[in-house]
Amino acid sequence: MNKTATILVIDDESQIRKLLEITLEANGYKVNFAVNAKEGLIAAANHPPDLIILDLGLPDDDGQNVLKQLREWYNNPILILTVKNAEEEIVKALDNGANDYLSKPFRSQELLARIRTALRMVYGQQNEAIINFGNITIDFNARVVKVANEVVKLTATEYTLLVLLVKNEGRVLTHQYLLKEVWGQTYSDQTQYLRVFIAQLRKKLENDPNLPKYILTESGVGYRFNTG
Amino acid sequence: MKSILKHTEPRSQYFISIFSVTFVALLSLLIRDVVDHKVIGYLLLVVVSLLAMFLDILPVLLAAVLSALYLNYLFILPYYTFHISSPEDMLLFSLYFIIALINAVLTYKIRKVEREMQLKEAKVKTMKLYNTLLDSLSHELRTPIATIIGAIDTLQQESVHLSEDNKSKLLSEMEKASMRLNHQVENLLNMSRLESGYIQPKLDWCDLKELTYKVFDSLSEELKFHKKVVKTDDNLSLFKLDYGLMEQIMYNLIYNAAQYTPKGATIEVKIEHQLDLDYEYHEDQKMTCFITISDDGKGFPEEEMDKVFDKFYRLQDAKTGGTGLGLSIVKGLVEAQKGKVTLENKEQGGAIFKISFPAQTMNTKDIGNE
Repeated sequence: MNKTATILVIDDESQIRKLLEITLEANGYKVNFAVNAKEGLIAAANHPPDLIILDLGLPDDDGQNVLKQLREWYNNPILILTVKNAEEEIVKALDNGANDYLSKPFRSQELLARIRTALRMVYGQQNEAIINFGNITIDFNARVVKVANEVVKLTATEYTLLVLLVKNEGRVLTHQYLLKEVWGQTYSDQTQYLRVFIAQLRKKLENDPNLPKYILTESGVGYRFNTG
Repeated sequence: MKSILKHTEPRSQYFISIFSVTFVALLSLLIRDVVDHKVIGYLLLVVVSLLAMFLDILPVLLAAVLSALYLNYLFILPYYTFHISSPEDMLLFSLYFIIALINAVLTYKIRKVEREMQLKEAKVKTMKLYNTLLDSLSHELRTPIATIIGAIDTLQQESVHLSEDNKSKLLSEMEKASMRLNHQVENLLNMSRLESGYIQPKLDWCDLKELTYKVFDSLSEELKFHKKVVKTDDNLSLFKLDYGLMEQIMYNLIYNAAQYTPKGATIEVKIEHQLDLDYEYHEDQKMTCFITISDDGKGFPEEEMDKVFDKFYRLQDAKTGGTGLGLSIVKGLVEAQKGKVTLENKEQGGAIFKISFPAQTMNTKDIGNE
C-alpha cells in the first residue's frame, strides 16, 4: 500500500468514534465520520473510502439495510460492529456482503488486525505459489502440504477446505459459505461435515489440535484462518 | 404471620356448617325431655356463633337457618311441625340471624385487616430481597468502576511522578476491572434474556471436545494455577445442541470452579454419551449426552446444595465478589435445551456438576474420509 488508506466510520456513539479516531489515526489511517445511516450513505458516495466500519445499531435505520444499499455500488471492504451474542445478526450481515465483524467490546489490536486483513484482500492479493506460516508450507502448484518439512497426506476435501481458508486468511468464513464452496449448494446446512473435517485438519496441521493456532472457531458464525 | 381465621374451601365450609348443627341437634334429642327447649336453642346459638368465627357468611347463614328449622321441628312443642306460637321463640329465631350477621361483618373486617398486613409483610420481604440483591450487584459493579476511575485519576495527576512500572500496573488493573465489569454485565443480560423467555436454542452440530478446550483457553488467566483435564472419547460423537449456549454453560461452570477452588486444584470435564451400539442416526432419535464438571476443592455445604441454582443465592461463607447469577443462568440455559443439571459433592472431596441433554447424536466415523 503506497497511499494512506481512508476509513469511513458510521457510528452514532461519540465515545466509540473518539476511540476509533485516535486509534486509527495513530496507526496511519485517514478517518472520516458519519453519525447515522443517512449521513453515512452520503459520505460514502461523496468520498468513497478504502474501507467502511459500520455499526449495525444505528438510530435512523437498520444497519443491515445500510449494508445492502452500500453493497449495490460499493466494492471495498466493510467491517461491521455488533453487540455480543448476536450470531444470527452477524451471519446475516456477512451474507449481505460485510467482509468481517467485531463484537463490542473489542480490543484495538483485534480491530487493527481486521482492518489490515480486509485492506490486504483488496490491495495486496497474494499470488504466490508457495506460502509458509509457522512450520507449515503449502505448495499450491504441486498441491502439497508440509508440516515441519514432512509431507502431510490430506484427502481431496481436506485440501480444498484448507486452501479456501488459507486464501481468505484472517477473514471469517461462515459455515454456510464453507459448506457451499467445498461440498456444494445442497450441503449448506450439513455442519456435521465441517465439524469433522475441521477437526481432521487440525489434527494434521496444528501443534496441539486442542489449542488451535491456525484454524480458529468463531462461535455460531464460522471459522477464521490465522497465520499467527 | 399466620391467619387467625383459617381459610377453608367453600365446599367443606358448607359441610362443616351442616355437620356441626345436625350433630348438636341430634345430641340434644337425648336431653329433649329433661330440659326446656330454650336451653337447646341457646346451645344451637353457641354453635352458630362459633361457626361465624371461622366460616364465610353463606355457610353461617345456612347454619342459622338449619338451627331455626331443627329447633322448631324437633324441640318446640308440638314436635315435628313448623309452628311458632310464642314471641320468645320468634326472638330466639331472629337472634340466630342477628348473631350470624354481626359475626359475619366482624369476620369480614378482621380478614380485611389481615390481608393488608400480609401484603405489607410481603412487600417488606421483597424489599429485603431486593436490597440484598442490590447490595451485591452494586458492589460487583461499583468495585471495578471505582478501580477504573481511581486508576485514571492517578494517571492524570500531574503533580505525581509515576514510574513506567507503576503506570503499566495501573493500566493492567483497569483492564482487569473492565473485564470483570464486562463479565457481570454479560451475566445480567443473560439473566434478563432468560427471564423474558427470549432464549430460543438454535440447534446445530457441536464438537463438545473442541468447545471445552476453547472455554478452558478463554479462561486461561483465571486458570493459571489450576490443572485442567478433559476426558472424552477420541472419536467423540457430535451432538445437536446450541453452540453459543453450551459455551456459556461451560464458561460459567468452569469460571465458578476457578473462583471457588484453591490454587493447584484440578478441574475436570468429562463428556460421554449413552452407549447404544444399535443406534443409527435418525432425525427423531435422541441419545443422552452427559457432561460432568468436577473439581477437588472443598465442595458445597450439604445444607445449601439445593439453593445454589437459585437466582441471587450466594453461599453463606462466600468471599466477596459474585452476584449469585452464574449458576442460575447455567440452570436456565440447560433447561432451555431440555437438559438437566445437578450438583453433588464427591466422596473424596470436591464438587461435581452433572448435566444431561437429550440430543441427536452423530458418530463422526460415519462421515469419515472423502
